[in-house]
Amino acid sequence: MGNLLWIFVASMLVNNFTLVLFLGLCSFLGVTHNIGTALRLGLANLFVLVVTAASVTVLNKYILGATPFLRIIAFIVVIASLVQIVEMAVKKLSPSLFRTLGIYLPLITTNCAILALAIFQTNRQYNFIEAQVFALGAGAGLILALTLMASIREKLQFATVPNIAKGAAIIFIVAGGLSLAFMGFAGLLSGG
Amino acid sequence: MHEHCGSSAATISVAGKGPTAAQDLLKGIWKENPVLVQLLGGCSTLAVTNSVVNGLAMGLATLFVLVFSSLFVSSLRKVVPNEVRISTYVLIIATFTTLADMGLEALVPETHKALGAFIALIVANCIVLGRQEAFSAKNNVWRSVLDALGMGLGFTLTLTMMGAIRELLGAGSFFGYNVFGPRFEPWVIMVLPPGGFFTLGAILLWLGWWRSMRDRREREKAAAPTIQFHAYEAPAGPAKVA
Repeated sequence: MGNLLWIFVASMLVNNFTLVLFLGLCSFLGVTHNIGTALRLGLANLFVLVVTAASVTVLNKYILGATPFLRIIAFIVVIASLVQIVEMAVKKLSPSLFRTLGIYLPLITTNCAILALAIFQTNRQYNFIEAQVFALGAGAGLILALTLMASIREKLQFATVPNIAKGAAIIFIVAGGLSLAFMGFAGLLSGG
Repeated sequence: MHEHCGSSAATISVAGKGPTAAQDLLKGIWKENPVLVQLLGGCSTLAVTNSVVNGLAMGLATLFVLVFSSLFVSSLRKVVPNEVRISTYVLIIATFTTLADMGLEALVPETHKALGAFIALIVANCIVLGRQEAFSAKNNVWRSVLDALGMGLGFTLTLTMMGAIRELLGAGSFFGYNVFGPRFEPWVIMVLPPGGFFTLGAILLWLGWWRSMRDRREREKAAAPTIQFHAYEAPAGPAKVA
């Protein structure tokens, strides 16, 4: 149990996918204009992560054991089909959300966070339960990073930013500050 | 920020004539630099540039994948049905990424270990898929390879530059050789994750400053009453307003 808790905390805070490992930056920079959208994209990501983790466990156990060189190809195909399913579901259930997320929904496929989860999970040889907890932690970390960034950017709209820093530059510097804050969690690692 | 995979900037074209081979090659290095202008591929840019060697290796691996994927995608562009084109591109890219992964593991095992999962993540790099969709799917083999080579070189140069800045400040060394001597106190934060964000932010700030200076110079030039004899030689840029 302690091990599972540790996997969750480590993937959510200490090795936060976005702010420490730089995974999923496209959506982190692109869809964090307001908190609501960021939160919903985070939830979509969480869902894809959890389902991916389950499929990858099955793939690793029954198929890829004999053919490790097919790993990257198999993972990307599975992830692409999962994202397609999520896309169809969102389009049907919530057309307004579908429009807000726009291009970033299909882009979950090329969101490195998902593929990285599959690869990390394989390298660390997690079993089914561990992999699920890992995916939940990583997803929670993504949601945390997305909402934090979105809330800062909502405030940033009212700030006077110098002309040359407008756009991407200020976002990266703010992200650096957030990342600096998350470095504080690295202390948990030595304490545990 | 508003550029993403699939919709990258339009190619340069001189009125009447198509772009030359040199333009195809060079636009990726400066004018449409994938990282600094199109803001693509941020993940690997920030994650592996804590030393020059890592940045260079990652850049070259991506260059390899990009050039060969472009070669295959543009050769097959008339055969692949429109509905399954993205999946086909992804499969081609994944094949070459696997090759790059295995090649690096055999040739430079230490660098491969340092880059970790990020070699495999080339497959999810927006730059690679973006170029296939925006360029290779519509242009002939020769131009697509040139374009991929330019974009790959632009990516490699940017990564190496960021690696150099971060390694110099964060470890006081360059390619592993100590530069500043024993009395230099390393600025450790630069090789840690926040340093990546700060370095890219600083480079973009400089770029923004450079652009504003250039625009001001152009405005002043346009305002000055000089007769332009060479107006037709200028490549298609933003129309000058007097």
